[in-house]
Amino acid sequence: MTTATETMNLTVPKKQKASKSLWQHAFSTIVKDKLACTALIVVAIYFFIALMTFLGIIANDWGATVGPSYAEPSADYIFGTDIFGRSVFLKMIKGAETAVAIGLVTSAISLVIGTTLGALAGYFGGLIDELVVWFYTTFSSIPFIMLLVAIAFIMGKGTSTVFISLGVTSWVGLCRIVRGEVMKHKDREYSQAASALGAGHLRKIFKHILPNISHVLIINFSLTFESAIKAEVILSYLGLGVQGRPSWGTMIDDSKLELARGVWWQLGAATLAMFIIVLAFNILGDALRDALDPKLKGK
Amino acid sequence: MNLYSYILRRLLYVIPVLLGVCFLIFIIFNVVAPDPAYLLLGRHATIEQIATLHRELGIDRPFWEQYLAVVKTAFTFDFGYSWSSKQQIWEMIKAGAGPSLSITVPLFVITNTIAISIALLVSFYRGKFIDKAVLLISIAMMSISSLAYILFGQYFFAYKLGLFEISGYEPGFPHFIPYVILPIILYVAISWGPDTRFYRSVILDEVYQDYVRTARAKGVGELSIMFKHVLKNAMIPILTYVIIQIPFLILGLLLAEAFFSIPGLGGITIKAINTSDFPVIKAMTILSAVGFIIFGVITDVLYTVVDPRMRLK
Repeated sequence: MTTATETMNLTVPKKQKASKSLWQHAFSTIVKDKLACTALIVVAIYFFIALMTFLGIIANDWGATVGPSYAEPSADYIFGTDIFGRSVFLKMIKGAETAVAIGLVTSAISLVIGTTLGALAGYFGGLIDELVVWFYTTFSSIPFIMLLVAIAFIMGKGTSTVFISLGVTSWVGLCRIVRGEVMKHKDREYSQAASALGAGHLRKIFKHILPNISHVLIINFSLTFESAIKAEVILSYLGLGVQGRPSWGTMIDDSKLELARGVWWQLGAATLAMFIIVLAFNILGDALRDALDPKLKGK
Repeated sequence: MNLYSYILRRLLYVIPVLLGVCFLIFIIFNVVAPDPAYLLLGRHATIEQIATLHRELGIDRPFWEQYLAVVKTAFTFDFGYSWSSKQQIWEMIKAGAGPSLSITVPLFVITNTIAISIALLVSFYRGKFIDKAVLLISIAMMSISSLAYILFGQYFFAYKLGLFEISGYEPGFPHFIPYVILPIILYVAISWGPDTRFYRSVILDEVYQDYVRTARAKGVGELSIMFKHVLKNAMIPILTYVIIQIPFLILGLLLAEAFFSIPGLGGITIKAINTSDFPVIKAMTILSAVGFIIFGVITDVLYTVVDPRMRLK
């Protein structure tokens, strides 16, 4: 008898190679894509620079006068100097910190608002859904730029204004997508299984459904990040930008008076710094969407 | 559901949204905004002066009355007077609409024509070199700040090379043309990227549908598939995207008008922000929201005319 069971056990096929999960598939797609890899490295470098300046290791002395006012780019001053004789290069480096901070805080605020409202609406449906849909329809009825300007204007100048006004104006898109995805997922088998095991509503939303739609959040993150960096320029132009430290927006804005004197290097440096990270985020966002969107899988 | 009851339902839904927009504007400008007395009267105002001002502006009344006043302006467009120029805001809007339209209408036509044509072309050659190149160029062009385009364009093409007027405006048909060419070129460059990308993805969504395969199996030519089948079906998202741009044509270009001294609504808005002119900013916000809502309804109704399935949703 015992030998019979043993032989039966032996005939059980060997463990099959596990099929790739969504994330494994995405990872292998991105690693194969050279452009996306480069973009990822560029983003990592920017984050690293931002961390270094935040810790005061590099570009800490950006405010110091290093040469004459408006010195042209040369071997001594890589990107020239500004009106106070400060190094434009150091300001550009320090600006990376501001840009990354704006991108992160804005994305975080919009992530919290968008995900919470979207998940609640999608999960509970009914009156809550109606309310949330009404709320975001209302919000998106006022054009982004006008709402941004109105909020920033009322809150007054300051760095926190930039963070908050960008954060509260950029959650609608995410909310809409999360709502739709949660609606699709809430009656799936795994979700029903969680209910059968006695999981409460909140546990189901946060522990089961949200991890399954996290790819949506990540794609949206790269989108919010780059549009926040771009919107900061407009706020700076309106005099509602970051105060007391260099940002690419204020550098571009400063150059509107300098250009007539032929001083183009501040505009050039800030535009270049911004161009590279926004381009990297755009490429990364596209690559992530291609890699994570199941509809496009295998195309 | 038939078309008329759908339209009626869609119109009824406008009411809560409009009330919501007014509530948001009311919260921003009447509740959160700082007291304008300091701004208007300066630091040496007496208590009586402040009280008189509050009464004139209507901000001494209870909140619900102030809210109703905001709702009223959304229907009557009676926005009151500008604080800085003392002009009636509605008159300012009427005067500014012309210059704004003289830039935005040609811009709207040119950008959309170019973007849709290029999107059709690259989706015809999807996956080939030209498709990838156009996609990369459009992403690259999107990654430059619009302010940088304007600053550089004005400096280089108008100031350095002297090809265009640096700034200014003359009303009347042929006179305004030299002043608007450069802003139009710059904004075509700014909006070409995102538009092309959007149209391309919309068209590509259709290219992989079953009906395209069926048409190909029947032996329909690629060109005819593109124009007769794909473009027709892609028309729904394209239409939405195009129509929703229309209300913003009147509002003009926020940044370019200020830089090129064009007396349009975009320039007026920027000036209002710089001079803390609350009523004008409020009026522009209401105006753009109302325009957006109305054109949203128009798009939805057109949707159902084009695609009857939409009515069921």
